[in-house]
Amino acid sequence: MSQATPAIHVSDLHKRFRTTQALGGVTLDIRQGEFFGLLGPNGAGKTTLISILAGLTRADSGDAAILGHDVVRDYRQSRRALGVVPQELVYDPFFNVRETLRIQSGYFGLRHNDGWIDEIMHHLDLTQHADKGTQSLSGGMKRRLLVAQALVHKPPVIVLDEPTAGVDVDLRRSLWEFISRLNQEGHTILLTTHYLEEAEALCSRIAMLKSGHIVACDTTRNLLQLTNEHCAQLRLDAESVPAAWKTRLSRDADGCWRFNFGDYAELESLLADLRGAGISVREMRLQEPDLEDVFTDIMKRT
Amino acid sequence: MSGFTALFYKELLRFWKVVVQTVVAPVVTALLYLLIFSHVLEAHVEVYPGVSYTSFLVPGLVMMSMLQNAFSNSSSSLIQSKMQGNIVFVLLPPLSYLEFFLAYLGAAVIRGLVVGLGVWAVTLWFAPWQMPHPGWLLAYALLACAIMGAVGIVAGIWAEKYDQLAAFQNFLILPLTFLSGVFYSIHSLPAFWQSISHANPVFYLIDGFRYAFVGQSDTDPWLGLLVAGACFVAISALTLALLKSGYKLRH
Repeated sequence: MSQATPAIHVSDLHKRFRTTQALGGVTLDIRQGEFFGLLGPNGAGKTTLISILAGLTRADSGDAAILGHDVVRDYRQSRRALGVVPQELVYDPFFNVRETLRIQSGYFGLRHNDGWIDEIMHHLDLTQHADKGTQSLSGGMKRRLLVAQALVHKPPVIVLDEPTAGVDVDLRRSLWEFISRLNQEGHTILLTTHYLEEAEALCSRIAMLKSGHIVACDTTRNLLQLTNEHCAQLRLDAESVPAAWKTRLSRDADGCWRFNFGDYAELESLLADLRGAGISVREMRLQEPDLEDVFTDIMKRT
Repeated sequence: MSGFTALFYKELLRFWKVVVQTVVAPVVTALLYLLIFSHVLEAHVEVYPGVSYTSFLVPGLVMMSMLQNAFSNSSSSLIQSKMQGNIVFVLLPPLSYLEFFLAYLGAAVIRGLVVGLGVWAVTLWFAPWQMPHPGWLLAYALLACAIMGAVGIVAGIWAEKYDQLAAFQNFLILPLTFLSGVFYSIHSLPAFWQSISHANPVFYLIDGFRYAFVGQSDTDPWLGLLVAGACFVAISALTLALLKSGYKLRH
């Protein structure tokens, strides 16, 4: 398998559940080593796409492959290459943490995996809970166990389906440190999340899904440049602004002026006109566009 | 087949962790049946000449317990995993549908045999030890557990809620096992019900199993073996076809 083989390859994927179309022709390639984000509102088809990659759902038509292995024809190789952290907080109440990880290793044909199991438990702070029944774990610990289970077979491609939903700040941070390290070590990461700031900070490339279609797919940097809506919040020492600017500025309840602009030259000329009118700026805050703006914008436009 | 070993082990460990519920309880239930029925009927009923009612009843009870527990093992494991959602743990790895089938089936057979052995062990105090045909015993025990283990897999996959599985158990499995000659010989039934009983595969399992214990039966044990074998092949084929298609497991 060469470096050119995509970690995840999806082409013209269709899936319909009774009356709803979950995927309407999705095509996507994720390169090896990428940290890729899949965003979209609820019901956009993110989980369906992931389920097809994992073999949990069967596509009506189209192809999906993990590292070149078709997820239906070569399911053994494709599943061996893939680690999935499911969205639902599931666990098997019959077993403790260590048993769960040993059994999961066994499903992948790994019998003597204790060295690696100890290592993942250590990284995910599960070591002191190794002998606890999974039922007695807190929600955060159950989430960690799910991550550990997805990693028992050292998969080169890791899929995380909203791994931080309902997870506290500490765990979220340590989880991302761990996942980022795996990415630096060469693992490909596919992430879906509702927290757009997470996606913005972590993902090098992002695809946005809406109603089963990809409506945007680009590097995070390029996506952020799609919306050049900057916003300046100004507190002035005057009650009104020069007439020419009245339509461009709006005033908050607390007396702050809001100015939306695309180019910094506009801000420059506003400031010059204010100075010319003898109005001085007491306070100014700039808001750069973030992924949320881009996301909202794209979802509205498409 | 290495994934099979892990899934088989997990299924065994699962019922062994709740052994009081999965093994001790059915043994106690069977013991209660034995105490009550043999107390009431011992003096009044002689099904086969020279065979006491208790000796007649024991193999039926052992077989009934095996059937119900083999069914219960695979069906309850699957429905629990589906309801809890942890079924994904076995759907995500590279397990083939054949490995999946054999692991759930194997564990159901073991659970059935363990319960059967337990029931038999406690009944040894009540009926004299006899075993003229140990080969038939083994053949019928294995086939019975395998059939019900496979039926349990089908039921566990089909059921979407606990009450659907309970309906399957209460309206199908329980009548089939109760109305198949555990407590009586079908020769004591009116002709119509006798012929109905002959259409019930469980009847052959109990009848043939009893033959191993007391050396007498209502039908030829070879015929029973044929019926049971055919049932096992048919239900296995159905189960494998369902698993292969991903019915209710892979949407």
